[in-house]
Amino acid sequence: MASSTLTTSMRKVVVRFSGDSGDGMQLTGDMFSQASGFAGNDLTTIPDFPAEIRAPQGSIGGVSSFQIQLGGTEIYTPGDTVDVLVVMNPAALAANLQFLKPGGTIIADSDEFTNKNLKKANYETNPLEDGSLDEYHLIQAPATSLTKEALKDLGLETQAMVRSKNMFTLGLVLYMFSRPLKNTIEFIERKFYKKPLLVDANKRAIEAGFNFGESTEVFGRSIVIPPANLPKGTYRNIDGNTAVAWGLLAAAESCNKKLSLCSYPITPASEILHELSSRKDMGAIVFQAEDEIAAVCAAIGAAFSGNLSITTTSGPGLSLKSEAIGLAVIAELPLVVVNVQRAGPSTGLPTKTEQSDLNQALYGRHGDAPLIVIASSSPDDCFYFAYEAARLAVEHVTPVILLSDTYLASGTSPWRLPEKGDLKPIKVPKFKGDPEKWESFMRQPEFLNRYWMSPGDKGFEHRNGGLEKKDISGNLTYEPQNHETMTHLRAEKIERISKRIPKLNVTGAQSGKLLVVGWGSTHGAINTAVTEMIEDGESEVGFTHFNYISPLPENCEEIFRAFDQILICELNNGQFANYLRSKFPQFNYEQYNKIQGQPFFTSEIKARIINILSN
Amino acid sequence: MLTDHKAKPQELTKKDFVSDQSVRWCPGCGDYMILAMMQKTFAQMGHKKENFLSVSGIGCSSRITYYLDTYGIHSIHGRAIAVATGAKLANPDLNVWVFTGDGDCMAIGGNHFIHACRRNVNLNIIVFNNKIYGMTKGQSSPTTPVGTKTKTAPEGSYEQPFNIGEVAIGSGATFFARVPDNDPKLLENVMMEAYHHEGTSVIEVLQNCVIFTDGIHEAITGKETRDDNQLRLQQGKPMIFGKELDKMIRLNGMKLEKSNVGDKSSEALIHDESELEPQMHIALANLQLPNQPVAVGIIRRVELPSYGDIVHEAIKSEMKRSEFKTLDELYRGGNTWEIS
Repeated sequence: MASSTLTTSMRKVVVRFSGDSGDGMQLTGDMFSQASGFAGNDLTTIPDFPAEIRAPQGSIGGVSSFQIQLGGTEIYTPGDTVDVLVVMNPAALAANLQFLKPGGTIIADSDEFTNKNLKKANYETNPLEDGSLDEYHLIQAPATSLTKEALKDLGLETQAMVRSKNMFTLGLVLYMFSRPLKNTIEFIERKFYKKPLLVDANKRAIEAGFNFGESTEVFGRSIVIPPANLPKGTYRNIDGNTAVAWGLLAAAESCNKKLSLCSYPITPASEILHELSSRKDMGAIVFQAEDEIAAVCAAIGAAFSGNLSITTTSGPGLSLKSEAIGLAVIAELPLVVVNVQRAGPSTGLPTKTEQSDLNQALYGRHGDAPLIVIASSSPDDCFYFAYEAARLAVEHVTPVILLSDTYLASGTSPWRLPEKGDLKPIKVPKFKGDPEKWESFMRQPEFLNRYWMSPGDKGFEHRNGGLEKKDISGNLTYEPQNHETMTHLRAEKIERISKRIPKLNVTGAQSGKLLVVGWGSTHGAINTAVTEMIEDGESEVGFTHFNYISPLPENCEEIFRAFDQILICELNNGQFANYLRSKFPQFNYEQYNKIQGQPFFTSEIKARIINILSN
Repeated sequence: MLTDHKAKPQELTKKDFVSDQSVRWCPGCGDYMILAMMQKTFAQMGHKKENFLSVSGIGCSSRITYYLDTYGIHSIHGRAIAVATGAKLANPDLNVWVFTGDGDCMAIGGNHFIHACRRNVNLNIIVFNNKIYGMTKGQSSPTTPVGTKTKTAPEGSYEQPFNIGEVAIGSGATFFARVPDNDPKLLENVMMEAYHHEGTSVIEVLQNCVIFTDGIHEAITGKETRDDNQLRLQQGKPMIFGKELDKMIRLNGMKLEKSNVGDKSSEALIHDESELEPQMHIALANLQLPNQPVAVGIIRRVELPSYGDIVHEAIKSEMKRSEFKTLDELYRGGNTWEIS
């Protein structure tokens, strides 16, 4: 057996739980994440579900996994490769061994490595016994049988007992990382408070796993990961889609508007629709429309009526919404479009991640139809960027597209709950004076936004729609010069917002050989790569990351000018690079594009940077 | 464009709903009557002016939004009903009127139409049915009769048309009425009844296009022929019609049949717009010339909860029931930890 990659004190570690879809791996991973959060670690997680809803039990296609990277330092990605791989059956081993580091640790439920299960995973011999895992640190834990033994007095049927084996594994991993059981057990008591028998079964299974670790000393000594240096506050784990939903609720509260969400189900955006459907308790008005077009049109109707209005979707849905988003552009109505990107054109790879809807967000409308495009970059900051999308939409009375993606939607990270003063209050541009002095397309001088007057506002009755309007009065007109004026005004209105958004920051060198550039969800991998290189002594590389795409931050050009070379890293075929080329053609842009439906690995970014520096 | 709201009287009059925009329909177009009756009835509804909303799609019909001095959205082709649904859900106080045509509503917007009927959203939908695409200059629409010559069917339309009433009632509409564009009294009456109806009200107006389908409804609406060709439905009254009131509609097996009254007037069907079972209402909507009269007036009006009421009731009860009273309580509802 090879020596373990694990040491008793580590700064970062990656754990992957995997088993059959029915083995409860997501819950196990989630509970381990919470225990790690309690211990003060920073972390990022990502689930990996089978594509099919019900793949055959024990098959490789039916394997469900959950990966977490935790550490005593800031953690921005779920990790490239895995230190500890938990496998509940042979299929899980077959599907996930590729991710394990050489010398990594495997915890296997040896009870499940039966002839039948081995055959389902296409193993001819038992890998736990045939020496094929010799380069790894293998821990065989008979989770199924020991769970049954621990639960035998509870009067449960065998099947029900076996279902708790994931909790046995959790107990074992909690022991491995020196986590006290108290918080986890309290969580179980809260989660299953209506089912005391289940609480008891899960408690016993966790304790059995923990005691197995302690008494058999399979790990040698426990591993201690020190707490990370995170800002003070109250934390919880949150996934990107929930964070978007809650950010929108916070925005509605801030501007004292009702929230209308009008959406059509689509992977991977549906969870936002689900969460807000459950948030009627917060007053959310949710409309599941008959199609994507109805969804965006209903949101436009709600926006005209004075609600904070949102439609959520993914690529194919954004295509269908294009015409109506153009209506929101010319009618100058506040509308938030959340696009959770997936991979490929058409149906593509619907469950995989990509950043390839950027062009569509920027340009995907007929006519000159500019709007705001922003992108979130971690599961927890989806909260802030959803809030920000709503703030910009309301204050500038314009549609905003927020780009998230599959990777952020289903990943989790610790989220510091907002405290008083953390969120900029949202001010609704209402015309306060005599309606006689108001016209429907008059603008506030600083940012050129219209006022947002809506039904119920007495004396402000007016018509709005898709036809070109006369500057200021809003009356219909085909006057040639007026159309040009309005087109310029709509563009200028968006451009001026660059004065209101944060400037770009550069991590590492402020000038020098190479500026690495990312946008949206790739922040974690690029930031980790550059930060690690800086720690290793690299002094000529800087990193800047874009959350604001249209308009671009004011200091963009200034930052680019300070570097000899610029490397744009993105998960598509070069859309942001081409956008930057059109804005700042004076610079030379190198590209690093990955188009595999997968996020960047830190190691890939590093390799690319080293490659550029050495040429 | 903005309302002129000088000297606002307490009581609204027709004039309060006339906008400052000049009306640009072809002279003699049936749309003028719809506009006039809409302005007249708006003033009678006793609804606050600032809570009226008119929503339209694209086509000749949809221009009406600019001529009504209310809040208005002139949206995009086919989508008026979707826009209106979002608006009504957002603000239940609104009195929402959708103006659409046979192309806008039954072709490109057909999906939204059937789903609004199914959901029973509290909208009033007026379908201007001239059986042609007018604004784009004369192509076949989903209601163009077989054999009608159009730009896209120069040899005569060969597609089976929709019957708007059949589609509406078949999709679950709780209110459906049909009115000729030259019958102001019936228009006024039906518009007011639609306003009072909770749920989706569909009014099909048999509207004449003087350019492309001039006279297409003539047999139903013409002075000479209308009494013999219209079955004017009245709640609780026998279905007797004709200049001499000598014809009636009775049931023959599974079908409605026209027959002479003679001494069999007791066999005339009695109209019941409030019957929940839709079969007879669909059969009435489907009556057509030349063998049968065309039914006008309120064909179906049944009481069912409206979509908006259901949604807003659910919000109310969830707000009461929920363990979370504030967003902060929601955030703290999961497992939290402190970093100090």
